[in-house]
Amino acid sequence: MQPDSREIEVAVLVSVGRHPVTGRARRADQDARGVEVALTLPGARVRLLHAGPADDGSEEALRGYLGMGLDRLTRVEQPEGADVVPALAQRLAAAPPQLVIAGSRAERGEGSGLLPYALAEYLGWPLVNGLAEVEGIENGVATLLQALPRGQRRRLQVRLPAIITVDGAAPMARQSAFGPARRARLESCAEVAVMDKALGEWTLMPARKRPKRLKIIKAGSARDRFKAAAAKAEGGGGQLLTDVTPEQGAEAILKLLKEEGVLR
Amino acid sequence: MLDTLLPILIFTALALAVIGAWRRNRLWRQGRPSSVPILKGLAAMPRRYLVDLHHVVARDKVMSNTHVATAGGFVAAAVLMILVHGLGMGSSEVLGGVLGWVLLAASATMFVGSLFVAKRRRNPPARLSKGPWNRLWKSLMAFSLGVFLITLPTVGLLPEGFLEGSGGWILALGLAAVVAWGLGEMIVGMTWGGPMKHAFAGALHLAFHRRPERFSTKAGGEGRSTGLKALNLDDVDAPLGVEKPADFTWNQLLGFDACVQCGRCEAVCPAFAAGQPLNPKKLIQDMVVGMAGGSDAGYAGSPYPGKPVGEHQGSPQGPIVARQGQALVDAETLWSCTTCRACVEECPMMIEHVDAIVDMRRFLTLEHGNTPNKGAEVLGNLIATDNPGGFDPGSRLHWAADLDLPLMADVKQAEVLLWLGDGAFDMRNQRTLRALVKVLRAAEVDFAVLGNEERDSGDVARRLGDEATFQSLAKRNIATLAKYRFQRIVTCDPHSFHVLGNEYGELGGDYEVRHHSTFIAELYDTDRLTFSPWKGGSVTYHDPCYLGRYNGEYEAPRRVLRALGIQVAEMERSGSRSRCCGGGGGAPITDIPGKQRIPDMRMNDVKETGAELVAVGCPQCTAMFEGVVDASAEVRDIAEFVADALVDRPAAPVESRPRRPAVEEFCP
Repeated sequence: MQPDSREIEVAVLVSVGRHPVTGRARRADQDARGVEVALTLPGARVRLLHAGPADDGSEEALRGYLGMGLDRLTRVEQPEGADVVPALAQRLAAAPPQLVIAGSRAERGEGSGLLPYALAEYLGWPLVNGLAEVEGIENGVATLLQALPRGQRRRLQVRLPAIITVDGAAPMARQSAFGPARRARLESCAEVAVMDKALGEWTLMPARKRPKRLKIIKAGSARDRFKAAAAKAEGGGGQLLTDVTPEQGAEAILKLLKEEGVLR
Repeated sequence: MLDTLLPILIFTALALAVIGAWRRNRLWRQGRPSSVPILKGLAAMPRRYLVDLHHVVARDKVMSNTHVATAGGFVAAAVLMILVHGLGMGSSEVLGGVLGWVLLAASATMFVGSLFVAKRRRNPPARLSKGPWNRLWKSLMAFSLGVFLITLPTVGLLPEGFLEGSGGWILALGLAAVVAWGLGEMIVGMTWGGPMKHAFAGALHLAFHRRPERFSTKAGGEGRSTGLKALNLDDVDAPLGVEKPADFTWNQLLGFDACVQCGRCEAVCPAFAAGQPLNPKKLIQDMVVGMAGGSDAGYAGSPYPGKPVGEHQGSPQGPIVARQGQALVDAETLWSCTTCRACVEECPMMIEHVDAIVDMRRFLTLEHGNTPNKGAEVLGNLIATDNPGGFDPGSRLHWAADLDLPLMADVKQAEVLLWLGDGAFDMRNQRTLRALVKVLRAAEVDFAVLGNEERDSGDVARRLGDEATFQSLAKRNIATLAKYRFQRIVTCDPHSFHVLGNEYGELGGDYEVRHHSTFIAELYDTDRLTFSPWKGGSVTYHDPCYLGRYNGEYEAPRRVLRALGIQVAEMERSGSRSRCCGGGGGAPITDIPGKQRIPDMRMNDVKETGAELVAVGCPQCTAMFEGVVDASAEVRDIAEFVADALVDRPAAPVESRPRRPAVEEFCP
């Protein structure tokens, strides 16, 4: 399909982000990291895909991705409240790239992080989450480094086409430059919009900060504290229940909640 | 024989000089257009040379006198030589005799000057360029001596036949050769390159200077023009900054060509002294190399610290900074600059180094997207939160939660708008701000703040080359300020002071801005403040660059300190020669490594005065100095000095809390 075997088609899904402090539209952090991964991939032909409504605020945010050094972005126009999965899937299926890169979770809207999975299911492609690095692509097989908690890495091989998602473990996105962002083209195209019926029925309200669990520091010395901070999470105090009836399980949970003081 | 040879030599030299001038002009004309009044500029040039340029040169008395003798003698001798020896006017009985004698006097003066030039070259300071500049004194001597000797027969001091006959022939040829050498360096070299280029390019540079308003006028007053010029962002095709030498305007290129490589800029540059890879003189010479095309191997001065000469090259249409590898200049050279303007202040040729550096930074940021270190993060914060630290813009007034500051949004008008600056987010500067508020209240000043409506002034964004973010911030600030009525803005941040006062005007915001030291001095002069006598130790004062060199305010902070009863122990480098704290121009953000830190050097200057306290008037300076380990002096802002010394005035009790309603509407 591709003329040069080393050239790979990469599509990066980008969304309109939201700054955590001011709520201003911006390039989403994880998506921008996805673009960074794509741009540093040798031989990658990168295209950007965004699905959402066309307005001025989102245009400026989307140009933030273009300022990283890309000359165009395709916006699949979708009305507010549409489920963008079918539109994106159709778009991708029409001209399938070998690699789709997306952020793990959007910064606004539902932000459930389910879109990449829904897309993978729709297209029947494998999905790898928490990408740290693409080590190489050869003969249609990508060698990836997946980030696990506490700095651990796992090497995976996945047959392309595939979807990979990036989170904070991926390299920082490069600076977005004003000149290229201003010059690049924002192309719009239409796809049939499927309204998200479930979303329409939900009640949305601003999130409340959840109370943080107090950390009881038992360590006496700095060395102990450091060891506690650096140690692997070990489920020392827990117990594994297998082959229990739902009643027994519920009882165990209730008991734990009472022990922890959540229920009185 | 000399009578026929000399006119040939003189007019050949002049013809070659004209050709050279045409070629040089073509080099400058590669630059972008810039409209300057040509005739008006040429008319103003003598005054700019004799007054403004010599004000700078005269800071070094010996060199100034040397230059007066050499340059004055040369100009007179050259003109008279053309008349006497070129046009043969020496033979006319009445005028010729006089002209010849004046020519003798002029060349003798020039010779005396050249002796001093030679003396300086015996043990030249490190800042002076060597290479061709080391031969200049010989050429000056050749010219002056040659002209002197060939004029001796003209005025009759030597018999007419002296240079004839076989011995005379050889003597005449020898003299002609010396004169030819002199003409070659002094006339031909003026336009073909070489040390004397500075005279030709410098004269035109003065005439067509990009900032004509920086020169004094007959009406008096010291001209000052320090605000950066705005980029046109509305025109999509307009280039964003300078990528290649030809992207400078033609008169900027002309200005680079005027450099005499005296190295005064190098001697005062804080980045150079700190061992960061910047030398303003080398930078200007690199621009000349770029304009003509070639390598920097011919440069004979101090290199950028840590960067050997001869590895960089450029061409008029080639990039100045390469995306990868080396081109004419490395990016870190441009990012080392603190924009303190010490080089511009010292430059006898009135070259605008800072403008050029910011022009090149603009391209790196706006086109390459390559602001080093924390640059990208800070610019991102400015875009998203309107302050460089990324703090919640709604928390700008948290430091003043107990002060009940009147908000412009409530009072709509006030005599004074207190501009807080981004120091409002910094715990150290919050102390300064609280002190300033205390002072304003003691003087019963009718003031108000913008509070959360205030944004960063855009200073850092602009100096990091992000003109787009600067203009966005500036336009929004101007729109906010337009909603309210006030007589003047007072701020304790010289950077905000400079930007609001000197750079917003081009974007449609004209304000009367005062630094808090100026305002406090005014309050004291009008008897609105009374101070208790000073009991502390010795104090020195550090002039912030953006207050002093950028705005010429050296006196007010000292007046305030005097009013407090403080004898300022001046540092060796103070006033217009004050050494930068290292905090300007985004330098702490781009953080280019050097051999030492700029604030450490400045605190050493403080230590040399033996002062226990250093008075400052800038949040950046405060932050930089307080970051110095094992400092010998404590850092205190002028406002803190004043607030500590306040005493109740007998006439009016200090109970001067602003009139505010007893019950206020509470909005959660």
